Amino acid sequence: MIFGYAGKFLEVDLSTEDIKETRFDDDVLKEYIGGRGLAAKILWNRLGSRWETVDPLEPENILLFLTGPLTGFFPGGRICVSGKSPQSNGVVGSTVAGEFGIELRCAGYDGIIVLGESEKPVYLFIKDSDVEVRDAGHVWGKDAKKTVAMLTKECRELLKSRFPRYGEWKEPAMLYIGPAGENKVRTAVVAAKWTHAAGYGGYGAVMGSKKLKAIAVKGTGPLPEVADMEKVKKLMQRVCEDVYEEELWRRWGTGAAGYEVGAKTSSEPIRNWQEEWHDDKSFGVDKFENRFWIKPYWGDFGCPTTCLKVAMVKDGKFKGAITDNPDYEMQAYLGPNLGIFTPEENVFLVSLIDDLGLCGIQTGNVMGFAAELFQRGILTREDLGGLELKWGDAEAFAALAKKIAFREGIGDLLAEGTYRAALKIGKEKNADLLSYAVQSKGVSIGAHGIRSGKDYPKIISYACSVQGGDHTSTAGLPLDWGGSELMEIFNDSGVYCNFNTFGVPRNVRFQFYKAVTGLKLTRKEWCYEKALRVLQMQRALLLLGGPDLKWNPKIHDDNPSRFYEPLPSGPYKGKTVNRARFQKKKKEYYEAVGWDENGVPSSEVLRRLGLDDVDRTLKKLR
Amino acid sequence: MTTKKEPIWIARDLAKCSGCRKCEIACSLFHENRIWPEASRIRVFMLIPGVDFPHFCAQCEDYPCVEACPVDALSVDSKTGAVLVDKEKCTGCAQCIDACPGRVPHMHPKEKIILICNLCDGDPQCVKVCQEGAWNVLKTVSRKNYAYKLYARTPDEITRDLAVKIYGEIGKDFI
Repeated sequence: MIFGYAGKFLEVDLSTEDIKETRFDDDVLKEYIGGRGLAAKILWNRLGSRWETVDPLEPENILLFLTGPLTGFFPGGRICVSGKSPQSNGVVGSTVAGEFGIELRCAGYDGIIVLGESEKPVYLFIKDSDVEVRDAGHVWGKDAKKTVAMLTKECRELLKSRFPRYGEWKEPAMLYIGPAGENKVRTAVVAAKWTHAAGYGGYGAVMGSKKLKAIAVKGTGPLPEVADMEKVKKLMQRVCEDVYEEELWRRWGTGAAGYEVGAKTSSEPIRNWQEEWHDDKSFGVDKFENRFWIKPYWGDFGCPTTCLKVAMVKDGKFKGAITDNPDYEMQAYLGPNLGIFTPEENVFLVSLIDDLGLCGIQTGNVMGFAAELFQRGILTREDLGGLELKWGDAEAFAALAKKIAFREGIGDLLAEGTYRAALKIGKEKNADLLSYAVQSKGVSIGAHGIRSGKDYPKIISYACSVQGGDHTSTAGLPLDWGGSELMEIFNDSGVYCNFNTFGVPRNVRFQFYKAVTGLKLTRKEWCYEKALRVLQMQRALLLLGGPDLKWNPKIHDDNPSRFYEPLPSGPYKGKTVNRARFQKKKKEYYEAVGWDENGVPSSEVLRRLGLDDVDRTLKKLR
Repeated sequence: MTTKKEPIWIARDLAKCSGCRKCEIACSLFHENRIWPEASRIRVFMLIPGVDFPHFCAQCEDYPCVEACPVDALSVDSKTGAVLVDKEKCTGCAQCIDACPGRVPHMHPKEKIILICNLCDGDPQCVKVCQEGAWNVLKTVSRKNYAYKLYARTPDEITRDLAVKIYGEIGKDFI
C-alpha cells in the first residue's frame, strides 16, 4: 500500500442499498493519484464502452466523491466530485472546499462511489466503518440552511445515543443538495457549509437524480500515515509562510475583483458579456467589507488563507441575507452580469442561490442569457410568466432563480443550462440563439473574459479545455506552465485548494506528493505522461458525449461568438479575439497534446501513454 | 505573552475563529505525531456554518474534573496549572466529562483514556499557529483571573451565544 492513502473506497448502490468496500491497485493510484485523475479512470473503466448511451441523470451514471493523497496535508482541504456531467456529457473534476474529505479519510475511506438510484429520498451517514442509508423524506425540499441544521442535529443525536460516553460530538462534515439538485436542474451544485459548492459539471442534478439528499461523515481516526512526517510538516509550514507573505487573498479573498476585473483588466461579464468594462465604484470591495463582512476570515481545514468572509445584510429590504464575501465569481455573475451594481442586491442574490442549491456561475450566466433575450424582445413578459426581466432588477432575477430551481414555466427550460436552453428556446422561437450563449461545451464560462487580453485566461483557454468553461481548469501552453490545465489536474487529483498554490513555487506540490506518498514525481513526468493521460481520457469521454448532445471539435472547440465581437467600451474598446490567431494557437495546442487536425487524440499519443483501449474506442470518431 | 515559568491560561476570543482548524492540526501533531482532529485536545466545532470556535479546557480554578476522578488519574500541573491525565490510571469512565461544566474532555478515539489539554507543558502549540496566522483567537496569558471557569461552556451553549452575536436574532433559526 502506498503511504498517504486510507486504502479503501466506499461503494454504495442506492438501487439495492448494497454497501461494500472497493480497493484500487497501487499501480492505478500511482498513475491517477486521486480526485479528478482517478475519476477519469474509474469512469472510463466502468462506463467507457457504452459512454454515449449513458444518460447523466439516469441510474446508470456513477457519482464520485474522491479525495487525493494530499487532502488534509496540503493546506486547504477539498473533495473532488465527478461522474458523467449533465452539462458537458464528459467528465468534470469539480472540487469543493470543506472538511468532508478530511472526515472521510479519518473514517478510513479515500472516496465514495455511488451507483444506482434510490426509490425514495435518502442520505448517507458514515461513522468510521459504520455506513447506513437513511431516510431523507423530512429534508427533501428543504433549502441549504434548513438541511444543514436538521441533519447536523440529527447526526449528532445519533452519535450521542450510540456513543454516550465519548463526550461532546462535533458535527459531521456534510455534502448536500438544495431544491435545484432535487429537481435535476443542470446548474445545480453539490454544496457544503451553506456557501461552498462544487458547481462546474452540474453534479447536484446527478445527486438529485439518485435521490441522494446528503452525505454526512464523521471519522474518528487519524489521516493516513505518510512517508515522511517531518518533511510534510516543513512543507505545510512553507506553504503557510508564503501565503502569509502574499496577504492579498487573505485580506479580500477574491472580493476585490468585482470592481477590479471590471475597471482594470476589463474582463468581467456585464449584461451577459455585452460589455466587459465597468468603473462603478459603488461596487468596491470596501463597500462589501464595511457594510457586510461580519467575519473577516473564514476558511476550511488547514487553510492559511481563509479567503472567505462571512457577509450579512443587516438593514433594508434584503436584511438577513447571508453568504460568503461574495467571492469574485458570485459578485460578477450575480452582479454586473445581471446589470446589478448594488452590493446589497448582490449579497441577497448570492444568498438565495446558495439556499436553492444553484451554481451562481451557471445560473447567473443563464439568467443573463434570458435577460438579453428579453432586452432584444425575443423572450416576452408572457414567456417569462409575467416577469419584467430588466437589467439590474434583483427581485426579478430572484423570482427567475426560483423558477429555475423548481423548474416552473420558463425556469424549466433555463434549468437545462445556457447551451441547452439556447437550443430549446431557439427551436420554439425559430431563431439561432447560440450567439447569446456564452459557454463552452455546455459549461458556462467563468467570469474572466479573454478579449482585453489582460486577464489570466488566454484565447484558447476555454475552447480547448476538457472541462469547457471552467475558469479553474483552463488550457494553455507550455504544458508545464503553472496555469496549464495539466497542472490544474494535479491540484484536482491531489485534491487541495489551488488558491494555496499562488505565490508558492510550482514544484512544492510535487515535493509534497513525495513526502506524503514516498513516491518521486517530477513536473515533467506529471505534465507529459500522467496528467496527459488523464487529459486524453477526459477528452475522449467529452468527444464521445451523448446521449442528448455531442461535440464536434471543428465547431465546438471555439470561443462563444460573443468573444469575437469587439469590446464596446472601456480602455480596451475595440479589442477582440482574432480568429486567425485563435486557429493558430489552437493548432499549436492540438500538436502539443497530441490531438489530430480534427481534435481527436491521435493513436500515436494514446499508444505512447498506454491507452490502447481509448485508441480503439476513438476509431469511430476519426 | 508570557514566559513558560508561571502558570498560564489560554485567553480566547471565540467569535474571531476562522475555522481553519490549524489548532487541531498542531495539537494532534504535537501529541500524536499524526493529523488527527478527533484526537486533538482542542476541537473546533461548527454546528452552524460561520459559527466556528475552538472548544478546549478552561482550566477552572477549582478543577471539578480532578475532583470527580474516581481513580486519581487527573492532577494539576503545579508549574503550568494544566490538568494532567495519567494514562496508566485513567479507565475512561467519563465521570470527568459529566463533572466539567462545559463537557470539554472527550475520549481518545482509539485508546480508553480521556483527552484534556495539558498546555503543552507551558508552550501551547495551538496558540503558536493561531498567532502565526494573525487570527489571534488564542493567546497565552499568565494565570491571574478567577473568571476562567465561566469559559467552560458546552458547545451548544457557546453556539447559541455566538450565533446571535454573529447573525443577530435570526442566528437562533440555524440551531
